[in-house]
Amino acid sequence: MHVIVFTRSTPDTAAKVEVNSSGNVSWGDAALVVNPWDEYALEEGILQAKAGGGKATVIAIGAELHGEALKHSLAMGLDDAARVWDAALENADSLAYATAAAAAVKKVGDVDLVIFGRESIDVGTDQHIYQTARKLGWTMLSYVSKILAVDYAAKTIKVERLLEEGKQVVTATLPAVVSVMKDINEPRYPSFIGIRKASKAVIPVWSLADLGVSLPPVNAQVTKFKNLPPRDTRFELIEGTPDEQARKLIDRLLEEKVL
Amino acid sequence: MSAVYVWIETFHGQPLSVSWEALGAGRLLADQFGVPLTALVFGENASAVAAEAAAHGANKALISDDATLKDFRLEAYAALLSKLVSENAPKAVVSGATSRGRELLAASAADSDSPLLGDVLSLSVDGGSVTAERAVYAGKVLSENAITGGTTMFVTVRSRAFKALAPDASSSAEITTVTPALTESQLTTKVESFEESVGTVNLTDAAIIVSGGRGMANNPKDAPSGVTGDQASAWKAQDGFANVIKPLADALGAAVGASRAAVDAGYIPYAHQVGQTGKTVAPDLYIACGISGAIQHQAGMRSSKVIVAINKDGESPIFKMARYGLVGDLYQIIPAITLEAKKRLGK
Repeated sequence: MHVIVFTRSTPDTAAKVEVNSSGNVSWGDAALVVNPWDEYALEEGILQAKAGGGKATVIAIGAELHGEALKHSLAMGLDDAARVWDAALENADSLAYATAAAAAVKKVGDVDLVIFGRESIDVGTDQHIYQTARKLGWTMLSYVSKILAVDYAAKTIKVERLLEEGKQVVTATLPAVVSVMKDINEPRYPSFIGIRKASKAVIPVWSLADLGVSLPPVNAQVTKFKNLPPRDTRFELIEGTPDEQARKLIDRLLEEKVL
Repeated sequence: MSAVYVWIETFHGQPLSVSWEALGAGRLLADQFGVPLTALVFGENASAVAAEAAAHGANKALISDDATLKDFRLEAYAALLSKLVSENAPKAVVSGATSRGRELLAASAADSDSPLLGDVLSLSVDGGSVTAERAVYAGKVLSENAITGGTTMFVTVRSRAFKALAPDASSSAEITTVTPALTESQLTTKVESFEESVGTVNLTDAAIIVSGGRGMANNPKDAPSGVTGDQASAWKAQDGFANVIKPLADALGAAVGASRAAVDAGYIPYAHQVGQTGKTVAPDLYIACGISGAIQHQAGMRSSKVIVAINKDGESPIFKMARYGLVGDLYQIIPAITLEAKKRLGK
């Protein structure tokens, strides 16, 4: 039994990210971190592999910088790591990502559960997750806030999903792709021994030829990055007693036509 | 005959307002391609919702209220959408970039190996080519995107980014019933139960949001005897959300949001969290109460039109983002605003 978690590196949350003069996205000297949603996916991967008596493998699809997230994952306690990279994946869209991800899952073999964090904050999307499930032909369980039961022998899973309108309990058959929300667990910090072990790990890199796939001939591609339009920096401090503050604020908000 | 399809999302048979915005975006594309705008309505109440879609600009509707489509289940919905796409080769499929819209269109785009522009902020159509603007890097940077290849393009639009067309009740659409692609026995998921959360307004659709943070624990009310320490703080904050924030939200017709600090401390459920690892919102008015404005919070609300910060610490980073700042005790200021708002808005 095998659990696979997908992750990637993203610039640290506090990083100032901007488009530089050559049109590339830059975050200066800011550190790379694991995509914040993936911490929950990695923790869940460790827990599920342990509960099922199997192994947890972490995979990143992307250039060398995503190796950082893999090292962090190994330091947390995932068993194996692999990176998928190929010149053809440069500027890959979600469909190319999903095609490669599904092939990587098949290469690992004996996988019952694939786990993703809710979305990737760098590319600002979650669509590659659902597309990976479709490329695999597996059940997709999104926005999962709790894995209530997994039966690997009977190939069933029961989860709680967090929807806009409330909580839904769903049963499904395995294998499945699951995307997890923040309140599913408390991600652990890497241990000292884990960090030492991870720093020595040699992570294999798989090409598309290694995976035996080629990418679909269509894509949705970024043609240009742009900085945000400058913020309106007007600021007004509203002073006085609470009653005066309230009156002045409502005046302003009515003038702004936002009430 | 080709078309632009717009999936009209419903919940318990009621359409979501973002679907009318998606029809607005779909109209741009349909006019560009010179094809009809077709609403797709699946699940209970489909024919009534299709009539509403016609009023909001749809020329045609494909509907199915089969029992397998009662609850949104990705596999059932995606199989039907993919069947319609492969049979009819529409020019585009559009929906709101809601949690369900994102997964439905992504799944069907994967089934047909079609390009997908997800969560777009704007679309421009020029000749036959379509470009879209999206937010990336936690909203710190924008990207322009174009598509190559494919018969059908898939587009999901961010809530409140596109205008709905003015409804015209006299418009009607040619309605066709379609049959689902899968039967119940072919579906691998089963909805066991659903527990509706009480009194929440959908944050991503809200025009106004009132949010509370760590400062909610400074409630002057005493916690019940025996409740001490962190529990007392949580009690005070929960009481503040219920009896101070909620009344203001009700007076303004607003949704209630929260910072991660407030959620992690157990002051309010996770569903209310705005920011990184929570929801991204862009209301006309965002009122931040007792929120310091950490970068994680900013990630979720920076595109709000007007930001009001209420905090006792005038040095909090939230004031750097705010249009209006009120320094003081939120437990005195908010009730005063609620009272004033009720008076002035006549509610």
